[in-house]
Amino acid sequence: MFSLEGKAALVTGATGGIGEAIARALHAQGATVALSGTRAEKLEALAADLGERAFVTPANLSDRAAVDALLPAAEAVMGKVDILVNNAGITRDNLFMRMKDEEWDQVLEVNLTSGFRLCRSAIKGMMKRRTGRIIGITSVVGVTGNPGQANYAAAKAGMIGMYKSLAREVASRHITVNTVAPGFIETAMTDALNDKQKESILQGVPAGRLGKADEIASACSYLASDEAAYVSGQTLHVNGGMAMI
Amino acid sequence: MSDIAERVKKIVIEHLGVDAEKVTDNASFIDDLGADSLDTVELVMAFEEEFGVEIPDDAAETILTVGDAVSFLEKNAG
Repeated sequence: MFSLEGKAALVTGATGGIGEAIARALHAQGATVALSGTRAEKLEALAADLGERAFVTPANLSDRAAVDALLPAAEAVMGKVDILVNNAGITRDNLFMRMKDEEWDQVLEVNLTSGFRLCRSAIKGMMKRRTGRIIGITSVVGVTGNPGQANYAAAKAGMIGMYKSLAREVASRHITVNTVAPGFIETAMTDALNDKQKESILQGVPAGRLGKADEIASACSYLASDEAAYVSGQTLHVNGGMAMI
Repeated sequence: MSDIAERVKKIVIEHLGVDAEKVTDNASFIDDLGADSLDTVELVMAFEEEFGVEIPDDAAETILTVGDAVSFLEKNAG
């Protein structure tokens, strides 16, 4: 089940904890993967570890020219892109009253606008082939809000609305467009929290633990598969029950 | 019928799955041939591929009938 043999996937932010897990999971299901991110050396190491069917296509998603070049680069190495995973994201947290325009702009540009541009590039080929999977990694905070993250939450909520709109436009071409919304996941970002902070977060998580990057990746493997052909415009929440929407 | 007109009509027939006799010069993709807005985008993509031209968005918006497509391509293709 959920085989991705013969499929080609582009994963952005593949150097991060969740992005790497997604790339590994899609690859394990048989997909060819193009790994994107800003740190080329780390991408090369991951590709070497994966072995066959892994390519490196670095890109800085805050640079629009680089964003526009990414899909063609992935198509050049893999021949096509069947699965696009917009995972790359940055945070520039600040209290709303202190938030700088640049902090707002940078987060919207990388987390929302680059994804819009990548989707626009990817659907051309998907429409021609009458098949495709677009998966965006949003966040629970895009639905619930979070103090200090107005920019991040706005971008993540924006993704959900954008994906639903695109899902409606291309559903008749057998292209599905969904988002996965992680809750608190064990990554470098949450490692930085102290025990007291972790404890207070966990009080709001019925599962009583942080999630694992692999658990986000599994959701992506499902949405990328042929078995998920009838699932579109959805947000799959993977959060241990911390928000039930 | 010109070679370009013939190739255009073939693409329209195949893409929209309509009868050849309906694909006249005056036939509107949306009103007469049952295309939706996404079909018109796909038709433009198919014309671009077939004729090796780039059809800019502002030109694509003026291509509403089979005849519009033929005359654009007669002027701009190869």
